[in-house]
Formats: sequence, structure tokens, C-alpha cells
Amino acid sequence: MLQDKDRIFTNLYGQHDWRLKGAMSRGIYSGLKDMIGRGRDAIIDDVKASNLRGRGGAGFPTGLKWSFMPKDSGMPQYLVVNADESEPGTCKDREILRYDPHRLLEGMLLAGFAMGANTGYIYIRGEFFNEASNIQQAIDEAYDAGMIGKNACKSGWDFDIHLHRGAGAYICGEETALLESLEGKKGQPRLKPPFPAGCGLYGCPTTVNNVETIAVVPEILRRGVDWWTGLGPENNKGTKVFCISGHVNKPCNVEEEMGIPLRELIEKHAGGVRGGWDNLLTIIPGGSSVPCLPFETCCDINMDFDSLKAVKSGLGTAAVIVMDKSTDIIQAIARLSHFYMHESCGQCTPCREGTGWMWRVLERMAKGDATVDEIDMLLDVTYQIEGHTICALGDAAAWPVQGLIKNFRHVIEERIAGAQRAAAE
Amino acid sequence: MRVTTRPALNPGNFALTGERRELADKIKLRYPEDRVASAIIPLLDLAQRENKGWLSKEAIDFVAQETSSASIRVYEVASFYSMFNMKPVGKHFIQVCRTTPCWLRGSDELTNKVKSKLGIEIGETTEDGEFTLVEVECLGACCNAPMVQINDDYFEDLTPEHLDKLLDDLKAGRDVSIGSQAGRIGSAPEGGPQTLLETKG
Repeated sequence: MLQDKDRIFTNLYGQHDWRLKGAMSRGIYSGLKDMIGRGRDAIIDDVKASNLRGRGGAGFPTGLKWSFMPKDSGMPQYLVVNADESEPGTCKDREILRYDPHRLLEGMLLAGFAMGANTGYIYIRGEFFNEASNIQQAIDEAYDAGMIGKNACKSGWDFDIHLHRGAGAYICGEETALLESLEGKKGQPRLKPPFPAGCGLYGCPTTVNNVETIAVVPEILRRGVDWWTGLGPENNKGTKVFCISGHVNKPCNVEEEMGIPLRELIEKHAGGVRGGWDNLLTIIPGGSSVPCLPFETCCDINMDFDSLKAVKSGLGTAAVIVMDKSTDIIQAIARLSHFYMHESCGQCTPCREGTGWMWRVLERMAKGDATVDEIDMLLDVTYQIEGHTICALGDAAAWPVQGLIKNFRHVIEERIAGAQRAAAE
Repeated sequence: MRVTTRPALNPGNFALTGERRELADKIKLRYPEDRVASAIIPLLDLAQRENKGWLSKEAIDFVAQETSSASIRVYEVASFYSMFNMKPVGKHFIQVCRTTPCWLRGSDELTNKVKSKLGIEIGETTEDGEFTLVEVECLGACCNAPMVQINDDYFEDLTPEHLDKLLDDLKAGRDVSIGSQAGRIGSAPEGGPQTLLETKG
């Protein structure tokens, strides 16, 4: 188990003062001038060496992403923080936004400097009204204290931070949809290439990073790369905030070491599965977009990007959704399909039409009102959506259904058989 | 020769007042001068607040005027995002989270409670204009499920009984406490944090 001294988010539960004074007493903003003094390349090299992988779901190496930003584009360059946390099961960035906003601002300053960006935007989901209020107060405090703005932290670097509230659209968590939305348009993803590092916000070089990714950077630099790489398995270093929801005795957010066994995570921190471990049906380990795991896999899987990828699921946002044996798994996945139907931006036909089609079929299957050969037809449709859309929402909608059919085909078959028996009687 | 014409904007008497007017001017400064369209979404939010929770044609035209945009551009943005209401809503806008993590912990019972207590279906407003009920997708408070959002505030760890009392309190204009209704500290496990015991501040 991770020791408290190695935890970064010491105010995860909001027990302490989140304002500037409290933040500074937790060491935030200390040594910032010296860190910046080491220069852009040194910061990017450290982030590369730390093996930090993006915390928004994809797990792309952060240092590498930063190095894609041009050195001298002659244009304004932007850092955009993706605080549009909407992946079902995920509620970690919210805690950072409302209880540790200065950690994010500090990270933005370092990241902005390292990438040659003088302006940073925080795109926060509109529903997080009170969280946005804390962030805005933190920004105001940081300006007043000279931590950001002209000559931020007396580093010689000018860095402005602005808050931008969204208005309710999961798709705006996709980075190019987020940029469209920030430009005042419908949040419809752009074709890539061009990638944002070349042509992002207002056509200028832009990097979009998740809240948690940016917020851990200062501590990695402050405590040193060796400290960070001393935690977690190879290629999956550091700590991670896990969100444990669903059928556990004590749902919670907790910061743990990457690679912690799933069972240990649930039993040590979330009070165990409701009714005991043997009452477990399945777990979605990384937010709604990743396939659920069969019981046997849940027993010995480790929570990191590569381990979960090896069992054809994913760490995603590390949002662990636990379902016990009382769960109607078909209905649980149908709910997710309804989510993707609601959130599809409507640009690409396979996703716009397919998400609704999958939901309607699953609702019928949940009642047993289907035929057995429709199961394979449904699976076939998921493959027709996957990989055939501009952004990954299509994939994200397809995977939970694939996970359902792979692991619980027998449940659907039994439901259909039961309904047919009942109709015959 | 091609001529592009725009229908004239007609905000009528609609305008932002007081603090909202000041905030709108501040928000516009967050974006480069030639990118004022970036302010469309935040301004629509302010306009909706000014207009008792929904966006009328006048409110949309007002935002179009403020951001030098065509009305249809602003309308298509307003109709894309779920937080913008295109018709009037009640004073207390109840949004029950229906997505799987909340559903697993009883969101259906919350929806049913509101329906039976207030005598309205999803999407309807009570006759006295006090409450509107809608179901929404994941609000991002899954470790405190089930939960509802009423206007700007989250109410978490709810039971139908909590919600019953909460609606009574709101209607009577009594103070209500936001966040966990089960006394939890943020998203720490029930009974208090098991980590971060050694750290101070």
C-alpha cells in the first residue's frame, strides 16, 4: 500500500484549506523559480524520464506529447487543461479542482513554460459549478500574489490562466471537440491530422492535458524523477487517483501506487465488495468505455495500463465500477449504451445511428425480447462502429457491448430462452 | 454576384443586468480580441440565468449581438449542449443522474420518488412552477452515488427519504446543505478517511 508520504494529493478529501495560504503550507509553489530556471528542455527531459503517462484515459507519454510542440512557431502557443471530466465512473479531477486548485495552476505554469505557451485555458465541464467557482478564486488569488500573470513567480515567464466553463457534452472531453467548444462552436471532433500541437486552438500550436496529469508534474520535478519511477511497475510509473464506485461497501476516491492489485484496491480502500468477494459479478476497471472483466480476471489483475491492456480491457481513467451478483448486467450495459447514444455528437453515421441501434437492441435483450442470432448481429454492428468514426467515441460505445457479449453471452441467451418459455406457457 | 445577408438580430428588451453584465465583459477579455465567439457558451449561460433558467429567442439574439455572430450560429450551439434549456423550467431544476454508477446504487428510486411526490413525469414542470424533473447522464460524482443536481448544486449519497425532505426544504425556502447527505467527507470512504492520516494540511 502506498504510504502517505508518497501521496501527492494530500487534500484529496478537502479536509484542509484549498486556498493559496493552505496550498503554500503544503509546499505548492515552492522552488518554482528554480525549476523554471533549469530551462524548457530540462523540464521536458525530466517528464520524459519520469515515464508519466496521461491520466485522461489514453495513457500517452506526457513528455513525448510536450516535445511535439514547436520551439518557435512565431504564433501564440496554448496549453489547455481538459477538466471536462465526464467518463462514467470517473470523479477524480473534481476533487483536484475543488480541493487542490493551486496544484493544477502550478502544474500549468511549469507545463506552459516547458512548451512555450504564454496562455493556458482550463476547460471545465459546466455542471461543476462550485468546482469552477473554487478554480476562479484560486486563479484570482494566484494573480494577486504574482504566482501567475506577468513574470510569474518571478521566473521571467509571462503566463496567463483563464477558466472556461462548458455546457454539458461528454464529447468535449475529446481534445479536438474541446478546442471547437472553446472556440464557441458545437463540440464536434476534428479530423486528425493536423494534430493540435501543430494546429490547435485558433489554429495555433496547442497541447491538451488532463487535470491529474498536469497536477502531478510539479511534485515529480520537486521530489525528483527517481522518487516517481520508484513507484509502480515498468512503463507504468507513479501514483494514480482511483475512483471506486458501484457495489462496494465504501465507495471512495483514493490515490494509490500504479499496478496495485484490483482486489487489494477494493478490499483495503473501499471496504470490499458488497456481500463479500465471492458475490462479485464483474468489474469495469477504467471507466465506462473499457470492457468489463470476468470474475477470474478480477481476482489477480494489477491496475496499470499494460496489465489491463493484456487482458483486452484498459486502465482508462482508473474508474473502477464494481457490480455484484444482484446486477442485471444486460441492463447495466444498456444504460451505458444510452449514455453514448445521448452523447454522440452526430457527425459520423456509424456512431450516430449505431449507438441508438445498440441501445434499442440491448433494451429488448434485457427483457428477453430478442432472438439468439441477434446476439451475433449486435456484435457485428459493434465492429462496424469501432474504428469507423472520426473520434474514439464510437470505439468507446462499442467496447462495453463487446465486453458484455464476450463475458455474459450465456446470460443473454438464458434471458431470451426464459422469455420464450414464458410466452409459450 | 453572391450576396450573403443576415436577418437582423432582435434581442428586444433582453439584456444582462448588474453583476452578470460586468461578468460578461470580463469573460470576453479572456479570449483574443478577434476571437470573441469563444465567449458564446459562457454568455449563453449568463443569459439563461438572467432569463430564469431557459433561453428565449431574444436571449439568443442578444448573445449573437454581443459576440458578433449570426443568430443561427448561436442557436446551433445552444441546442447542442445539454445544459441549455430551450423552453421554460421550474425554479428548482432537478437533474437525476441515470448512468450506470448511479443506477447501480438506486437512481431509479430517486426518479420514482420525485415523480410520485410531485406528480410529474420526466421532462415536466409542476403546475406551481417550483420544480422540473429531468434525467441526465453522468454528472461525475460516481463515488458519491446516487446523486442529483438541483440548479448549481450537487446532492450526493441520497436515499429517497433524503430527497423527499430535500424537496420539502427547497419548496419552503429553508437552507439546505449541499454535497453528501450521508455526512461523508468529500469522496472519502464512509466513516472517515483511511489514508492521508499522517499528513497535515
